[in-house]
Amino acid sequence: MKEHADSVIGVTRVFGREFDTTGYLGLVYGVGGEPVAAAFPPWMMLPGAQWLAMARAWHFFFAWVFLLNGLAFVVYAIASHHLVRDLAPDRADWRGLLGSIRDHLRFRHPAGAAATRYNVLQKLAYLVVIFGLLPMAILMGFALSPWLNALLAGWVDLVGGRQSARALHFIVAWLLVAFVAIHVFQVIVTGLWNNLRSMITGRYRVPVESAHD
Amino acid sequence: MTRLQRRPSRRRFLARATAFASAAWLAGCDRLSRTEWLPKVLNTVEPLNEGIAKAVGRNAMAQEFTEADLSPTFRSNGTADPGTAEYNAWVASGFVDYRLAVAGMVASPRQFSLAQLRALPARTQITRHDCVEGWSAIAKWKGVPLSAILDLVQPQPGSRYVMFYCADAMTKDGSEIYYESIDLDDAVHPQTILAYDMNDAALPVPNGAPLRLRVERQLGYKHAKYITAIAVVDSFAGIAGGKGGYWEDHGYQWWAGI
Repeated sequence: MKEHADSVIGVTRVFGREFDTTGYLGLVYGVGGEPVAAAFPPWMMLPGAQWLAMARAWHFFFAWVFLLNGLAFVVYAIASHHLVRDLAPDRADWRGLLGSIRDHLRFRHPAGAAATRYNVLQKLAYLVVIFGLLPMAILMGFALSPWLNALLAGWVDLVGGRQSARALHFIVAWLLVAFVAIHVFQVIVTGLWNNLRSMITGRYRVPVESAHD
Repeated sequence: MTRLQRRPSRRRFLARATAFASAAWLAGCDRLSRTEWLPKVLNTVEPLNEGIAKAVGRNAMAQEFTEADLSPTFRSNGTADPGTAEYNAWVASGFVDYRLAVAGMVASPRQFSLAQLRALPARTQITRHDCVEGWSAIAKWKGVPLSAILDLVQPQPGSRYVMFYCADAMTKDGSEIYYESIDLDDAVHPQTILAYDMNDAALPVPNGAPLRLRVERQLGYKHAKYITAIAVVDSFAGIAGGKGGYWEDHGYQWWAGI
């Protein structure tokens, strides 16, 4: 937060450069619309105001929901062959990697039969999230626990110590936010209603291939 | 004080709009946090966390570090100086009149001077202090193992917890003092010590002089500073706010291993 002669603004400094982030970072508007010096605005936080004890209660409860839900998904994905059939990239996927990157950059989305299966970037994104980011979030959370630190002396040093683990825990959290943002963006631009219906009912209208393809 | 003036800009308007649009959602969540029932639901996982941790690591030893790992500064959190007349007098006299009272459900209640505590067997350990706020720091602690004290006073059958009462008042009128409690498992753990030295010097006032608890596998708020009395009890339900510690009475978890 920075105070000028006539106003107070929220400032975020990134590698020495300062940005005015009033309302989002540094100086935010509280539950009643009043200016508050805080890292994040209340709508991004649970609970809205800074309240560590309650935040921990929410965190640890939903950590269990997340863990059990995640385990159930992974067991189901393996048992139902969803993992091998739909998520693991095959040789054709790897060969089409560059083309897929090109298509994504041009916002060209698969049509016809190709639209009924995950494309290679989608597969890789899902695999990185399911087997990379989510387990990393859990493990780095464990690394913040003094009790779990003690179970195997020195294991937290593998990532550079507790403060590194803490940074990784937050970095992973933001990467997950980024994933969700891109995921929702793609759901919307590739046909919101069609996508939502297929997620819930399994009925999917296959986009017709346009002439220039 | 600086007066806040609103610069009319689209950006500021958008920020405000977001704030107001989310007010309903926010108010809902904040109201949930303030209900009687929701914190109870959220805290149902506490016994699960503690139970699993105990099952997999009841006797595990906290990581110990080397002199090279010592933190250049060790923050003083919470009370930095109890500042009462009695405490100031202790500081002035080098704690010669200080006594640690050990009582409760024990066969032989006792008082210990600092010199008597220093004469007991000691343990030295370099460990990391993990604060619930996120920071951590490594220091070297020397003190008497709590188990040695308990051996001298002999806890009676039925004892379950060890209470620590501190010299620092948490309210201006002294109505609340800092206190903490741990169970007997932690009390007899080899690394649970009553530390009187920090980094090879007498424990400084900001870090809890003359005596503080080290209970290495739990977060910083369990490590009571300025301890003046210890009591062995079978329940802490009737003590102060009934949750077993100052921060516990203010919503924090009693078992602070995570």
